[in-house]
Amino acid sequence: MTPLLQMQSITKEFPGVKALDQVNLKVMEGEIHAICGENGAGKSTLMKVLSGVYPAGSYDGEIHYDGQLAEFRDISDSEKRGIIIIHQELALVPLLSIAENIFLGNERASKGVIDWRSTFAKTEDLLKKVGLRESPGTLIEKLGVGKQQLVEIAKALSKEVRLLILDEPTAALSEADSQALLDLMLELKAQGVTQIIISHKLNEVRRVADTVTVIRDGTTVSTIDARTEAVTEDRIVRDMVGRDMANRYPERDRRAGEMLMEVSDWNVWHPEHNDRQIIKNINLNVRAGEVVGIAGLMGSGRTELAMSIFGRSYGQNISGEVKLKGQVANVKEIDKAIDAGLAYVTEDRKSLGLVLDENIRTNVTLANLEGVSRSGVINENAETTVAEKYRAAMNIRTPSVFQKVGNLSGGNQQKVVLSKWLFAEPEVLILDEPTRGIDVGAKYEIYNIINDLSAQGKGVLMISSEMPELLGMCDRIYVMNEGAFVGELTAAEASQERIMSLIVTE
Amino acid sequence: MEQATNNSGGLGAYLKHHIREYGLLFALIAIMLIFQIWTNGTLLKPVNITNLFLQNSYIIIMALGMLVVIVSGNIDLSVGSVMGFIGAFAAVMVVEWDMPVAVTMLASLGVGILIGAAQGYFVAYWKIPSFIVTLAGMLVFRGLSLWLLEGQSIGPFPQSFQQISTGFIPDIVPTGFSKSLAEIAGSRNFNVLAVLLGLVAVLAIIYVGMRERARNARYGVVGEPFAFFVVRNAIVAGALLFVSFKLATFRGLPNVLISMVVLTVIYAFLTANTTIGRRVYALGGNEKAAKLSGIKTERLTFLAFVNMGMLAALGGLIFAARLNTATPKAGFAVELDVIAAVFIGGASMSGGSGKIVGAVVGAFIMGVMNNGMSIVGIGIDFQQVIKGLVLLAAVFFDVYNKSK
Repeated sequence: MTPLLQMQSITKEFPGVKALDQVNLKVMEGEIHAICGENGAGKSTLMKVLSGVYPAGSYDGEIHYDGQLAEFRDISDSEKRGIIIIHQELALVPLLSIAENIFLGNERASKGVIDWRSTFAKTEDLLKKVGLRESPGTLIEKLGVGKQQLVEIAKALSKEVRLLILDEPTAALSEADSQALLDLMLELKAQGVTQIIISHKLNEVRRVADTVTVIRDGTTVSTIDARTEAVTEDRIVRDMVGRDMANRYPERDRRAGEMLMEVSDWNVWHPEHNDRQIIKNINLNVRAGEVVGIAGLMGSGRTELAMSIFGRSYGQNISGEVKLKGQVANVKEIDKAIDAGLAYVTEDRKSLGLVLDENIRTNVTLANLEGVSRSGVINENAETTVAEKYRAAMNIRTPSVFQKVGNLSGGNQQKVVLSKWLFAEPEVLILDEPTRGIDVGAKYEIYNIINDLSAQGKGVLMISSEMPELLGMCDRIYVMNEGAFVGELTAAEASQERIMSLIVTE
Repeated sequence: MEQATNNSGGLGAYLKHHIREYGLLFALIAIMLIFQIWTNGTLLKPVNITNLFLQNSYIIIMALGMLVVIVSGNIDLSVGSVMGFIGAFAAVMVVEWDMPVAVTMLASLGVGILIGAAQGYFVAYWKIPSFIVTLAGMLVFRGLSLWLLEGQSIGPFPQSFQQISTGFIPDIVPTGFSKSLAEIAGSRNFNVLAVLLGLVAVLAIIYVGMRERARNARYGVVGEPFAFFVVRNAIVAGALLFVSFKLATFRGLPNVLISMVVLTVIYAFLTANTTIGRRVYALGGNEKAAKLSGIKTERLTFLAFVNMGMLAALGGLIFAARLNTATPKAGFAVELDVIAAVFIGGASMSGGSGKIVGAVVGAFIMGVMNNGMSIVGIGIDFQQVIKGLVLLAAVFFDVYNKSK
């Protein structure tokens, strides 16, 4: 085997910080190469150097691609050579069709007139290759994230890709979609497409990768050849964080107290199509000090359930009852739900959880401005004190609470969102994918915060697509499928296999 | 890295981060100096300073409401038409129907509130883009004022009505005393109240500023460097004393200046220090996040338009009172001046940021340019070109600063 890509002693400096320091990366022709590292370790910077976002000359070191010295000036330069990156945030135009998106900027046209017949025929071929059964004329906005990811890959294939780079491809995908995507990666490998995958999910890395390179603090820590030596998750984690992580989930005293929240006979219909029932007759309860999980595939209705309970922020014709501490609670509007003691930490913190242009202080008090004001006038001293308190308690890494939250890392942003809801003093917190897209170290801190909440006697309802996380954190797990609960498991009973089998047998 | 630069002190670093705010103040000073020289000193003559306030007060008052609307993530194109319509409405009531002035004014403000409520209803509760709703409003109220006035001008207004715009606050000292002061100052007149209030304003600004600094220091907040604080306040204090002295040597404080200052202080406080103000910024910054934090986003949007309607009505009354007649052309294209003032003042088109003081300074920049260019005799054609370029330059400066 020959190397397709060799990046040698790549060093990239920004004013005041060395993002990459003598990084080496060797990718063999036809292999799947995984790059692991914490957020901020330098993975994306390295990929930006490779794809020409940072043009030749702005970094030190050499890139050899396909046997020659490569000096890419920009992205289109590297794309011409068959290097294609699929970013975490998908770059498709929602109101154009699959076919139009695939050939966007690369239209099958002569003299500016598009040949639709050939466009559609070629799209059909590509969709077959990636295993997506959709008509080429379907609009992107009608597709879920998993299918959109496949469209991105089809788009890459349309450009005669030789080196396909997938940045966190399964971060937003459900278990089933993730599996399908990994299968596709293996199939593309069989067809000779070399691939680089950047991922936080170590089980996936283990499944597909031939070689694993771990980056930490801008340097290459280790390169593991999965064909000759055993790749264990422990080893990768150790290399990533630079220390042993004996337990990825911190221990907690498991003690369930009084009943905090009971939801009974909860039914919700789709906000636009009133004949589609999204949530079907759900009953659930959370006790003080309990961490209760909701497992289920993407699209099973977990987020919809949470949002419909939280001030009816999703759905219509909602029926059912919510009791808090034994009393029927009015949670029909969001402010009422907050007053009643509920908090909902959204799945998408950037677009639903934070005002990115505002600073930490403003974001922390947003859900409880009454707590820092008198007769409608904000006491900024009190506000600063509150923000400082949470900065310290949550270990938000920032020089000051006047920092814009848009400038913080994902883990710190999540801590700000949690601070906001803790300051609203809820009894029950619904956490929707609380550790999505944040690195191992920050995850551990979030788990500790959850455990603290439970120790204080709060109830936590936790939605997660990562089953190990649910298994590691929860006292009980509800299993959800197609809008209904199909099982309830205690921590002792629960395992990945049992959860999956409950989902698939229903 | 962003954090690192924020943290590293130094005057240069501070200036770099707040270049917009200081830039605005210096732009206003520079523009005034240019026209002061170009008009051979006419710009800052007592009579012209008085005129500057009389001419621009209604723009500034409407800019206060427009800032709130823009911060909430919306726009209101109808304010020019609404102010014209309210002027016509007031004229019909007071001149043709002989209604009392007080009743007319209250009714006019009420109609303004209703207009704002109607437009706000469609924007807030039906999610129709404010651009479209208020574009419709702009046409509707332009047409309605033509209909009310039947294409004619109606006037004149009673004396007491004109007072809201062209009246002056009487002095607090006996005429004989001020006459002797006037002789010392070498002017026809000398209004003690104007100078006194100017002094009070200066002291209040310095007091509030010092208190803020003390508080920041106590909470470890790195605020404005002391040198900047001194220079900025010296400039503001100097300008205030200069203006109040000049006003004193003419006819004293115009009524409309007092309304304008009081409203500016009220809105600056509302936007910066109250929960409702904070929530409007959150709504404009991220509507979904605000809603999920328990903020009644629809009601806030609605209220922003109600408030705008009321201020547009007040602008209409002041404008009609100054011209002493309601004309079908009143308020034509004024919405553009108001919106331009807010954007020159640093508000963001996408909502969520902007300050009341910025909008007021922005309005003064526009006002001084209008006034100065008219005095030096630049034609209406090039006046528009220059104003357009200044707006573009201000917003370009914003975008350029952000991209660095």
